[in-house]
Amino acid sequence: MIFHPLGKYILLLKAVFRRPEKWNIYRKEIFHEMVSIGVGSLGIIAIISVFLGAVTTVQTAFQLVSDFIPKSVIGMILRDSSILELSPTISAVVLAGKVGSSVASQIGTMRVTEQIDALEIMGINSPGYLILPKIIAAVTTIPLLVIISIGLSITGGYFAGTASGALTEQDFITGITTDFNPFTLTVCMVKAVIFAFIITSVSAYQGFYTSGGALEVGQSSTKAVVISCIAILFSDYVIAQLML
Amino acid sequence: MIEIKNIHKTFGENHVLQGISAEFAEGKCNLIIGGSGSGKTTLLKCMVGLHEPEEGSVIYDGRDFTRMNFATRIEIRTEIGMLFQGSALFDSMNVEDNIIFPINMFTNQSHKEKLDRANFCLERVNLAGKNKLFPAELSGGMKKRVGIARAIAMNPKYLFVDEPNSGLDPKTAIVIDDLIQELTTEYNTTTVVVTHDMNSVMGIGENIIFLHEGKKWWEGTNKEISSTDNKELNEFVFASKFMQALQKK
Repeated sequence: MIFHPLGKYILLLKAVFRRPEKWNIYRKEIFHEMVSIGVGSLGIIAIISVFLGAVTTVQTAFQLVSDFIPKSVIGMILRDSSILELSPTISAVVLAGKVGSSVASQIGTMRVTEQIDALEIMGINSPGYLILPKIIAAVTTIPLLVIISIGLSITGGYFAGTASGALTEQDFITGITTDFNPFTLTVCMVKAVIFAFIITSVSAYQGFYTSGGALEVGQSSTKAVVISCIAILFSDYVIAQLML
Repeated sequence: MIEIKNIHKTFGENHVLQGISAEFAEGKCNLIIGGSGSGKTTLLKCMVGLHEPEEGSVIYDGRDFTRMNFATRIEIRTEIGMLFQGSALFDSMNVEDNIIFPINMFTNQSHKEKLDRANFCLERVNLAGKNKLFPAELSGGMKKRVGIARAIAMNPKYLFVDEPNSGLDPKTAIVIDDLIQELTTEYNTTTVVVTHDMNSVMGIGENIIFLHEGKKWWEGTNKEISSTDNKELNEFVFASKFMQALQKK
């Protein structure tokens, strides 16, 4: 049951990575997609990151009631959970909804209105032209969004923690600067790149093989988000298991 | 010239094309006609490589298209222009960019040369000055004409047209038909038109193939079609009250 779509997905990827007809046209598309995926998602990522950090700080403080545990641990937990899990994974799930649905519906609409057929007739490798710029744009901009998300999450945690009195400014600074393991950032970036690839390629696959009309485009868009989210969470577990 | 030999195509249990062979002459409007579901569009898609036939071959001036791989097909595809039923213009591009798109991809012309070509094509379809409009701002007839302008942008040797008159009023439909015929003569293209519109059949059908239940049922010209004794073709041609009235006269 899973092997047929998996095979089609792999064949599509093979076509995506075929040599482009003209690099300068692809380059233009890549920059266009970078603006759409990266700059276009900055607002939503900023908002969720600040609140994620704030909530994590307040809830961690609520659970750490023992006098034997220093308050600075809250900062450490916020830092590590933001880098390892919250920023890459939650951002990816949100981006699967925003970017994934947009990619699937855009390509799906092109399919049902014969625009993809028109590309094929012209002799253009349609998977390459439509999907490759999206994948390259996503794997370059989503890690940047994740880095911004980490910064904003820690900032949100700082304001929520100090404003609520859960910990002092000094405790927070001590917490986020103590025992920092740079390898966590490597894990975070690996996750961001893989999640970006999953979001764009899975959504593009769903859009590319849409058949029918407007109803099917909507269904493809929904499937793209659901499958991307599942694939993100599954690969999150595999990366954690392999790298940590 | 395009030659098709023994084309078979099935979708699941449905044997849509059952061994169709035909020749489409250069410099002529070759029409594929037939009722809904007779396999017209499927045959057209097999000819341009959007569907792969299970059996048979499509030969473009001696070059067997069906046996070629993706890379070698590109050479023939750059010689093909196609107008789709829904025009298939790229929504994100304006009229000018739609026309320039294939030139951008496959030539190294300067920007001025590309613009000149776009303007020439637009003038040819009577849409001069509409360069900056987007597809959403065009009427159905204008979309078809932009689709034709894009199809001729690369000076095609083969022109494929799928249901050029669907959704158009009779007057605009005649304009589109005349344009297709003019371009065929002007560029000496091998033009293949899929239609079920009898105005097109009588107007531009220099060589007509009638498909019925996935088979080639009849072949002839627009002069021969009204006097044939083929039962299925007569049912198709004289289905409308207008054509029945003409037949009585």
